[in-house]
Amino acid sequence: MSNSLVLHPAFVLIVSALALSVMRGKGRNAVILLAPIFAMIALWLLPEGKLWEVDWLDYHLTPLAVDKLSRLFASIFALMTFAGGLFALRRNSRLEIPAAFLYAGAAIGVVLAGDLVTVFVFWEIMAVGSTLVIWSANTTSAWKASLRYAMIHLAGGVVLFAGVTGHLLATGDATFSRMQPDSIAHWLILVGFLINAGAPPLSAWLPDAYPSASWSGMVFLSAFTTKTAVYVLLRGFPGTELLIWVGLFMVFYGIVFALLENDMRRILAYSIVNQVGFMVVGIGIGTELALNGAAAHAFTHIIYKALLLMSAGAVLAATGRSKCSELGGLFHSMPLTTICGTIGALSISSFPLTSGFISKSMISQAAADGHLQTVWLLLAAASAGVFLHAGIKFPWFVFFQKDSGLRPSDPPASMRWAMLLFAFLCVALGVWPEELYALLPYPVDYVPYTAAHVVTQLQLLLFSGLAFFVMLDYLKRTPTITLDVDWFWRVAYPSAARQAAAHWENLCARVTADVSVKAVTVRSFIARHRQPDGLLVRSWPTRSMAMWVMVMLLAYLFLYYLGR
Amino acid sequence: MSLAQHLPALQVVLPLISAPLAVLLRRGGLAFVIVTSAAWTAFAIAITLWLQVDTGGTISYHIGNWEPPWGIEYRIDRLNSFVLVLVSGMAAVVLPYSRASIEREIPRESHYLFYAMLGLCFTGLLGITITGDAFNLFVFLEISSLSTYVLIALGRDRRALTASYQYLIMGSIGATFIVIAIGFLYLMTGTLNLADMANNLSAIKSTRPVLVALAFFTVGVSLKAALFPLHQWLPNAYTYAPSAVTALLAATATKVSLYALIRFYFTIFGDSLVFDKLPLPEIMLLLSLFAMFVANFVAIFQTNLKRLFAYSSVGQIGYITLGLSFDSVHGLAASIMHLFNHGIAKGGIFLLVGGIVATLTTRQGIPPAPTFERLAGLAKQMPITCFGIVIGGLSLIGVPGTAGFISKWYLILAAMEKGQWWLVGAILLSSLLAIAYVWRFVEVAYFRAQPVDQVSRGEASLSLLIPAWLLITATIWFGFDTSFTVGSALDAAHQLMRSAR
Repeated sequence: MSNSLVLHPAFVLIVSALALSVMRGKGRNAVILLAPIFAMIALWLLPEGKLWEVDWLDYHLTPLAVDKLSRLFASIFALMTFAGGLFALRRNSRLEIPAAFLYAGAAIGVVLAGDLVTVFVFWEIMAVGSTLVIWSANTTSAWKASLRYAMIHLAGGVVLFAGVTGHLLATGDATFSRMQPDSIAHWLILVGFLINAGAPPLSAWLPDAYPSASWSGMVFLSAFTTKTAVYVLLRGFPGTELLIWVGLFMVFYGIVFALLENDMRRILAYSIVNQVGFMVVGIGIGTELALNGAAAHAFTHIIYKALLLMSAGAVLAATGRSKCSELGGLFHSMPLTTICGTIGALSISSFPLTSGFISKSMISQAAADGHLQTVWLLLAAASAGVFLHAGIKFPWFVFFQKDSGLRPSDPPASMRWAMLLFAFLCVALGVWPEELYALLPYPVDYVPYTAAHVVTQLQLLLFSGLAFFVMLDYLKRTPTITLDVDWFWRVAYPSAARQAAAHWENLCARVTADVSVKAVTVRSFIARHRQPDGLLVRSWPTRSMAMWVMVMLLAYLFLYYLGR
Repeated sequence: MSLAQHLPALQVVLPLISAPLAVLLRRGGLAFVIVTSAAWTAFAIAITLWLQVDTGGTISYHIGNWEPPWGIEYRIDRLNSFVLVLVSGMAAVVLPYSRASIEREIPRESHYLFYAMLGLCFTGLLGITITGDAFNLFVFLEISSLSTYVLIALGRDRRALTASYQYLIMGSIGATFIVIAIGFLYLMTGTLNLADMANNLSAIKSTRPVLVALAFFTVGVSLKAALFPLHQWLPNAYTYAPSAVTALLAATATKVSLYALIRFYFTIFGDSLVFDKLPLPEIMLLLSLFAMFVANFVAIFQTNLKRLFAYSSVGQIGYITLGLSFDSVHGLAASIMHLFNHGIAKGGIFLLVGGIVATLTTRQGIPPAPTFERLAGLAKQMPITCFGIVIGGLSLIGVPGTAGFISKWYLILAAMEKGQWWLVGAILLSSLLAIAYVWRFVEVAYFRAQPVDQVSRGEASLSLLIPAWLLITATIWFGFDTSFTVGSALDAAHQLMRSAR
C-alpha cells in the first residue's frame, strides 16, 4: 500500500525535520506549524488495522498499524509537536527544532509500529533525536549531559535489541503483541522499555539530562521518550505485577527528590518520573479501567507537564535563572505566565475541573476495585505529595514568595499562544472528560465527578496545602545541586577511574623501573607505530609479501600432509 | 538460433570487442561511448540471464557448439548469475563516473587506453564468473589482472607505479599458483571442464596431487582475493590507483576471486574434502578473525581516507571467508550476500572519495591524497558527499536499515546455528572497530574546524555524485528489500551445498 506509506504520520514529521534543517525565515515557521497539523490529519485519515506490511528477511513486518491505543498516543504526540514548535518558534537555534521533529516523528513511528523490529528502529532514531535536542542547548553542561544521556539510551537500545533478537529466534514472529516476562528475551525487552520510562535503578538519567536542555528543548523532551515507554509497556506488558512496585518506587522517588531540589526545572523533571510512576502502576494493575487510566494519564500529563515546562521555560528565557532560591515575585510582571503555570500546577495535582483529576483518579479507582489496599493508600499519599512538590512548591517559589526584584515581562506572542492553548486544554479536558474517554482503548463507564471523589480529593489537597505552609521553613531551598543515583556516574565512577588510573600509573612506574626499560605501554606502542614508517602504516616490501605466500603454501601443504 | 540463446557468449564477447575498438578509435570521447554502451548492454544481459536462471534453472552454453567436455562450456547457475549482476552493474555505474573523474587524474592523451583497459578488466572479471572451464578461467584471470596492473599504474601519483609493480609481482605469483593447481587437476582427471572434473575427481579425492592442487589453488586465490595475510598489495594498489579504478576493483575484483574460491571448493573439490578431512575450516576461521580484527584495527590509524577504506576492505573480506568456514547453508549465503552488499557499499564510498579528490587543489597537475588534515570541516562544503560516505560507513558497520546489516545478520545466525556464541561476540566486537574508523571520518569532516588557509570548495559535480549516490541508495534499498540479495544467495547456497554432498 504505497498510498498509506506516503501518508505515514511519522514520515511526515521526519521529512519535515530534514527540510527544516536547511530552511530559514517565514517558510521555516510555516513548516514548523503546518507539519504537525498535516501529520495529525494524515493520522486521522488512516483506518484501523494493519496498513502496511512488508517481508524482511524471514519475518513479516508491519511498519504501520493503527488501533485506538496507538491513535491516542500518536494524536497527543502530534499535538505536542505543534504546541512545542509554536513555543520554540523564536528560539535561536538551527538544530533544535529539526532534531525535535525527528524525535517526535520517531516517537509516532514507535506507537504506530506493529512489529518489534520497527519499534527498535524508531526507538534508536528517537534516542538520536533527543540527544541532538539536548545538545542544541549549546552549553558545556548540555554537551556532557547529552553524552551521559546517549550512553544510557544506547545501552538501553542494545538491551532491547538483544531481547528482540532472542524473541525473533525463539518464536520466528515479529508481531508486537502482549508478552509475559517468562524468558530471558522478554526480560531484556522489558528492561529496555523500563530504562526509557525512567524506572529504577537508572531513573537519574532523566533529571540529569532534561534540565540541561534549552528553555524550549525541555518542553519537547518531557513528552516523548517516557510516554513512548508507557505506550510500549501498555501494549507489551499489561498486568505484569512487578510493574506496580516499580511504578510505586518511581512515584515516591520523584516526590522525595523533587522536594529536596532547588532548580525549578529539575523539580519538574523529577515530577516526570513521579507521574510516569502513576502510569506504570496502572499498567501493572492491568484491568481495563487501569489501562484506560494509564493511557488517559499519559495524554493529560503530556499537556500539563508541557504547560508547566513552558511557564518555567518562559521564566528561564526571560531571567536566565532557574534556581528557586533566586526567583520569586514574578507574578507582578508575568501575569499570564503565572496563570498558565498555576493551571498546570493544579492539573498535575489533580484538582477537580482540571485534566489531571479525570485521569489519575481512574488509576486509583482501579486499585480500589482490585482490592489492592496498600497500593491505593500509597497512591493517595502520593497524590498529596505531588501537590506538595509540583502543585504548590513550583508556582510558590517561582512566581510568589519573597520578591526577588526581577521584573521580566511576559514572553513573546508565539510562546504566549502555546501556553494559552495548553492551559485551555487542561481545563477543557477537566470539564468535558467524555471527549478524551471516547478515545481510550477500552469502553469507559467511569464517572469522575461523584461527590465522594471530589470531596476526597479536595480534602487531600487542602490538608497537604496546609502542611506546605506550616512546614514552609523546612522546604525553603538552599542553592545546591541534589545528586542521586547519578552520583555513581558523575562522582563515583570518575573518581574511581582516577584512583584506578593513579594506581595503574604507580604500578606501571614500578614495573617499568623494576623489569627493564623495554617495557612499553600499549599507548606508546601504538603511537610509535602510527608514524609513517610504523608497523601499522608502512607498506610492506615485495619480498616480505612473497615470503608470506611461501609460508602460507608450505603451511597448507604441511597440514594437508598431516591431515591425510 | 535466436539472439537470446547466445546471451551467455555475448555477455563476455561484447565488452571484449569494445576494448580493441576503443584503441582503434584513439579518441577519448568515442572510446568512452563504446565501452560504456558495452558495459550497459552487459548489465542488461546479466539481468536477463539472472531472470532466466531464476525461472528456467541452470543454463549451459556450448561455445561454437562443441560439446563439453571437449569444447568450452559457459555454465550459469544461481551463484554466478548473481555475481554477474554485481560485476556488470558496477561497471555500468563506474564508467559514466570515470569520464569526469579521470579528467584530472589521467593525462588526456591516454584516456582511450584507460577505457580500453577498463573494458578488458571487466571482460576478464565477467569471463571468470561465467566460464565452466578451468583453463578458460585462468585466461580470463590473466586478462583482468594484466589490465588492472595498467589501470593502477595510470594513477598520477608516482607511488602508483610501485604499487602496480608490486601487485604485478604478487598477482603473477598468484596466477602461477592457480595454473599449477589447474595443471595438477588436469593431470589427475584428464579434463578441463569444471563439471566433468568434479565427476572424475570424486574417485581420487584424497590423492596427494589433488591435495597439492587444493593447496596451490587456495594460496593463489587467497592472494588475488587479498585474504589476510596475503593482503599487503591491496592498500597501496587501492590508494594510488585512479578513483574510478579503486571503486571498480574494490567492488568487483576481490569479489570475483572469492567467487572462484567458492566455486572450486564447493563444485569441484566438494566440501567433504575441503571441510571434513582437512583442517581448512579452522585455518580459514583463524585467518578470517585476524583479518576482521587486525585489518580493521589498522584501518583506524590510517591518515589517508582511501587507505583507511582499503584496510577496511581487507577486514570485510574476513567476514566473507568467515561465512565460508562455517560450511553451512546460512554461512555460505551470508558470504555470497556480503560479496554483493559490501561491493555496493564500498564501491559507493570510493566513488564519493573520488569526488573529494576531484575538488582538492592540484599541485603541479597532480591531485593530492585525501588525507585527514585536508578533509577537516569538509561536511560544510561537501554535505552531500560526506553524508553519503557516512551512510556507506553505516553499512560497513552493519547498522540495521543498511545492506551490511543483512549479511551480518545471516553471519550471526550461522554462528548461532553452530553454537559458536563466542564468534557472535567476535563479529560484534569487530563491528566496534568499524565504528571507530567511520567515526574518525565523521569527527574530522563534521566536528573539526576548516583550516584557515584552505580555499573553500564546492560540492563535487553531478556526474560524480549521481553514480555514487546510486550505489549509496542501493545500500539502503537492499537493507530493506532483501528479496533479490537474500533470495539469490540462499538459493545459490542451497544449490552449492547440494552439489557438494
